[in-house]
Amino acid sequence: MMNPAAGLEPVAALDAAALRRDFPILHQQINGHPLVYLDNGATTQKPASVIDAVAEFYHHDNANVHRGVHLLSQRASDRFDSAREQVRSLINAASTAEVIFTRGTTEAINLVAQSYGRSTVKSTDEILVSAMEHHANIVPWQLLCEETGATLRVAPMNDSGELLTDAFTELLSEKTRIVALTHVSNALGTVNPVRTFARLAHAAGAVVVVDGAQSVAHGPVDVQQLECDFFAFSGHKLYGPTGIGVLYGREALLEDMPPWQGGGDMIRTVSFEGSTWNTLPHKFEAGTPHIAGAVGLSAAIDYLNGIGFDAIAAHEQALLGCATEKAKSQAGMRIIGNASDKAAIVSFELEGIHPHDVGTILDSAGVTIRTGHHCAMPVMQFFGVPATARASFGLYNTTDDIDALFVAIDKAQALFAR
Amino acid sequence: MNELRQLYQEVILDHNRNPRNFGRLEQPTHQAQGINPLCGDELTVYLMLDKDDRIETVCFEGRGCAISTASASLMTETLKGVSVAEADAYFDAFHALATGAAVPTAGLELSKLEVLSGVQEYPSRVKCATLAWHAVHSALHNRGTKVTTE
Repeated sequence: MMNPAAGLEPVAALDAAALRRDFPILHQQINGHPLVYLDNGATTQKPASVIDAVAEFYHHDNANVHRGVHLLSQRASDRFDSAREQVRSLINAASTAEVIFTRGTTEAINLVAQSYGRSTVKSTDEILVSAMEHHANIVPWQLLCEETGATLRVAPMNDSGELLTDAFTELLSEKTRIVALTHVSNALGTVNPVRTFARLAHAAGAVVVVDGAQSVAHGPVDVQQLECDFFAFSGHKLYGPTGIGVLYGREALLEDMPPWQGGGDMIRTVSFEGSTWNTLPHKFEAGTPHIAGAVGLSAAIDYLNGIGFDAIAAHEQALLGCATEKAKSQAGMRIIGNASDKAAIVSFELEGIHPHDVGTILDSAGVTIRTGHHCAMPVMQFFGVPATARASFGLYNTTDDIDALFVAIDKAQALFAR
Repeated sequence: MNELRQLYQEVILDHNRNPRNFGRLEQPTHQAQGINPLCGDELTVYLMLDKDDRIETVCFEGRGCAISTASASLMTETLKGVSVAEADAYFDAFHALATGAAVPTAGLELSKLEVLSGVQEYPSRVKCATLAWHAVHSALHNRGTKVTTE
């Protein structure tokens, strides 16, 4: 997925240096050095067009949606609805009925666990997750297992951070109700062959829930091509606002699922004898949604479409190649996660220096990375490390940023070699 | 770089490389685990109190960053031979020193610990410096419990 399709028309190169001008936050000093932002796996920065779209919505169009007869409400509703269409088109969902707005990836996965899971999973069933999941794709399933008595199974990976197809297949059985799998590992960068695993899971009769938080901003994503049943992602990792995310679900599944939160907008009729539910996707959107967030997300998708997802993927793969080469020739540096198909995420260790010290020293040079367990403690346990340092790249990063990263790494190593 | 050297002073780097009193006691009178859930750092402190409630032996094991390891190491050197009441006073003083508050110094020998005052400038690292101290405090006052920085 991360590699642009070969043999098609050549991908226009992306001019990251020019695109940087679209991101106001990048033009500042951190601890006396130009900001080098390499924490895109945690959140991406926002282009001015996204910031402006949110402000402009509040300046001119703000009203509640799907409620009033007044013009302002109509304008707000139109913008909200067109954001949903924009998302549908981004991931190639079959219809906007399949696009549910949530607060983010975590809420989207919890929605599936609580609605689909609680209504279908029995005590004899099994839920299969992979060994490289983010806590957000582990804990909701543990909660579901506690509630239903079902069993959580874990599909193993190898030392490179790649899932083992044979072991995955062996773990599948008629008991497997749900397979929850990340598209791209936030801690390792591994790109999982989702379609291959989805076909295996479907053959066993399970539904497939994909955590797309780390994939959707970094290359083309087509949920029909992936053959997944659910796909979750966050706006803020897609150069959009925080507090808005998406759950894609196949319409036939969503139709049969009970609501998970009750309130306004999700109902058709309410009486004290009972209520009936609104149509999709509103059945799963109780309460006033994050309208401005959806508007901002729509602007972010506009912005990314203008650059082209193939161009973004090619650019980031070039950065990954450059950073990986440098890391290999850096004494005392070890990359955690060496899958053959990787997104532009480089998790690493420096010999004799704890990741938190690395993080502080890099920050003193203006280089912003993530350190810690990346909400993936089982991954840390597997690799026998308490934490890692992680540089994760986005469309506005350049080879200059990689140079700054390695200058700062030299500095950390020099300080600790004293 | 100057501010950074203020944080990573030679004494700290030395105690990180060669932590003093590192290891476990087989039969401690008091022990507690300190966990920083945000970064995954964890260490266990072991104490042996004598019949007069003085700290006869204190040591630690675990793994963490240079700041938490050096702080634990320096702490064990400071607390060896002091009474529980004095240990409490050191705990309060160190907490003040790490957070930039006024440090109560009466009767305390703080010179060794002052190398850690650089963390004042790094709010996200204060918890690293205080982790071992919280563990000791917990060991002495809530026997056998786990303590986290959150």
